[in-house]
Amino acid sequence: MSPADTAKPAKAASKPAAKPAVKAASKAKSKPKAKTAAIKTRKAVAPKIKAAQNLDIADHQETVGKSFSDNAKMTMRNINVYYGDKQAIYDVSIDIAKNEVMAMIGPSGCGKSTFLRTLNRMNDTVEVCRVEGDICMDGENLYAPKLDVVELRARVGMVFQKPNPFPKSIYENVAYGPKIHGLADSRVDLDEIVENSLRKASLWEEVKERLHQPGTGLSGGQQQRLCIARAIAVSPEVILMDEPCSALDPIATAKIEELIEELSENFTIAIVTHSMQQAARVSHRTAYFHLGKLIEVNPTEQVFTMPQHQLTEAYITGRFG
Amino acid sequence: MQATNILILLFGFGALAFYLGRGRSLAIAAPLGGIRKLHSLPSYYGMHTAFWCALPSLILLALWMIFDEPVINSIVIGAAATDIAPSDTASYNLLLNKIGNLADGVLPRAGQSGSLIAAADHMIYLREISRWSLTLLALVFSAAGLFLGLSRIASGFRARPAVEKVMQNLLLACACLAIFTTLGIVLSVLFESIQFFRSVPVTDFVFGLDWSPQTAIREDQVGSSGSFGAVPLFVGTLLVSAVAMVVAVPIGLMSAIYLAEYASKRVRTVAKPALEVLAGIPTVVYGFFAALTVAPFLRDLGSSFGLTVSSESALAAGGVMGVMIIPFISSLADDVITAVPQSMRDGSLAMGATHSETVRRVVIPAALPGIVGGIMLAVSRAIGETMIVVMAAGMAAKLTANPLDSVTTVTVQIVTLLTGDQEFDSPKTLAAFALGLMLFIVTLLLNIFALHIVKKYREQYE
Repeated sequence: MSPADTAKPAKAASKPAAKPAVKAASKAKSKPKAKTAAIKTRKAVAPKIKAAQNLDIADHQETVGKSFSDNAKMTMRNINVYYGDKQAIYDVSIDIAKNEVMAMIGPSGCGKSTFLRTLNRMNDTVEVCRVEGDICMDGENLYAPKLDVVELRARVGMVFQKPNPFPKSIYENVAYGPKIHGLADSRVDLDEIVENSLRKASLWEEVKERLHQPGTGLSGGQQQRLCIARAIAVSPEVILMDEPCSALDPIATAKIEELIEELSENFTIAIVTHSMQQAARVSHRTAYFHLGKLIEVNPTEQVFTMPQHQLTEAYITGRFG
Repeated sequence: MQATNILILLFGFGALAFYLGRGRSLAIAAPLGGIRKLHSLPSYYGMHTAFWCALPSLILLALWMIFDEPVINSIVIGAAATDIAPSDTASYNLLLNKIGNLADGVLPRAGQSGSLIAAADHMIYLREISRWSLTLLALVFSAAGLFLGLSRIASGFRARPAVEKVMQNLLLACACLAIFTTLGIVLSVLFESIQFFRSVPVTDFVFGLDWSPQTAIREDQVGSSGSFGAVPLFVGTLLVSAVAMVVAVPIGLMSAIYLAEYASKRVRTVAKPALEVLAGIPTVVYGFFAALTVAPFLRDLGSSFGLTVSSESALAAGGVMGVMIIPFISSLADDVITAVPQSMRDGSLAMGATHSETVRRVVIPAALPGIVGGIMLAVSRAIGETMIVVMAAGMAAKLTANPLDSVTTVTVQIVTLLTGDQEFDSPKTLAAFALGLMLFIVTLLLNIFALHIVKKYREQYE
């Protein structure tokens, strides 16, 4: 944590002014006015270690823990997301390191899925959604006007909450990406990509006999692994997973978790989950979101054994969420 | 009293019974400590009483009206003097008509035979009896129903489930009415067609290549050979429908894709109703638009290219019909495209597909069954469409596949066969029923096929 420490004092000084007005508010409500004032005074980014411990969420401005990485694949700085007039994400800054599994946890509606969807610009499809801040992958700004969204999404794959195989055969589902991106020169190439992807998603053995049957005929867990195979067929660099196991039974979940473990050797993975056990099992670092703010980022073990922030602690001990 | 008056009276009684029943339940509830002591709400007791009061009489009224006339007729004929007794069905109907007209005073009595006048008087007498006994019975029924309904009201009486049950049966009765009406129409067409097929063999009709529905009035008439081969009509129908589909399917489908996938909310709120205005234009307006504007335009355009375009070309009629069908297809396709889950689009977009790739490779295949179903329904619509082709297509039954030529369709021929003064027992007229029956069968098969497709693939992306 190099630049962070230097930036801290200046920021800490600017903070108290905003606090008292905010304090009175109830926990559930955020104060746009006081907050924007605070955001303006804040320049660089910094992980804040202490001092936030006894604060209410309303005046929480700092992310505690280690948000940043020296080996960052994706860097997000001061991200604000709005749906129309409603702000969903408040000033979030975080890095996702190469080949790391980053888990994002938090109560429902805390903005973790919204945040995830900004990483491959899936929020572009929502008309009223507006994203501010810098999101870079390997130093390249993802929201630059010249950037090709289509190419970006090929580099940042996504797996959704509910398995959503296309109403096509298993083979066609996996071949979909390679076909539209022209990754295969011949039928043989394509067969190979399909097989490799299915193998990587540990689905090959189960479906190799029925590649040309509809993907929708598979079980829920198989469908989700098919979606993962589909995502990795275009060799993305990052895979985003939005609660990939929330619609699955424990056995299918265990398979997917095992798979995430294996995939992290080749891919950078960001996973949103409702299950703290799952976050604890699969991730290297965990980010805790609360009401659109990033509260704490720390190595997973630390988050679940000795959380730095009282909100994180309250959440992982099940006091709310 | 007239049936209509009885009907109005019964509804009045029903309303009265509702208030009496409701009032009585309230009166019962008051000493017990309010309506919460009743099993059901007071309005249910009111409705229950109203049903008891009105429904039995209404059923009686309906049955009476169905059986009233045949019973009186048979009594009158049975009692009629032997000198006018009918020998066969035709003279039976004729006699009944005559007696009925005499009784109604339409036919002057002067100069009619005594036994006829006696029969007419008998009929008047019976009708009078029937009317008064109906009135009396209806009143007695509703009064009895009212008292029965009122007497059943008690704090523990379960009026709510009883009303529920009656409601359910009323809805069932309405559904049955629709089904029986359809059945009735089909059967009447079927019987007339059977009569037609007695004089013209089915095979001649279904496979015959020549259509000239002229029958001889005199034996020695010229051009009265009368051939009833329906093939040219069906070919014409299919040609016009095909032209219509060529126009309607691409335009309708593409506008649906635009509206469902690309249009912003603002464009959609304007464009969708605007498109649906097309569906609101009366077909007769389309008809003269086709006949007076499009057909001459096509003829002139054709002649400038050196083509001979008939002024009643299948192209003009079919093209305008296609325009008429566009909103039909686009609104059905729009519905099925919008019904494709967003997760499907997200899945494709997240793979790095562009919007149009997503539409082409994922959304349309997923929505295909619904789209095909919609197109099938549109085809049966085109086949059954009448007004446009009557005005813009020709009359001559030509066996051709050239859309620039003039063709005639099944519906046009039905119209020409049945308009004007016709004798209803000649094959010429009865042919209309046979054509109607075949048209009905064709569209029915298409609809079944369409529904089958829609149903078979519906859950595919669930």
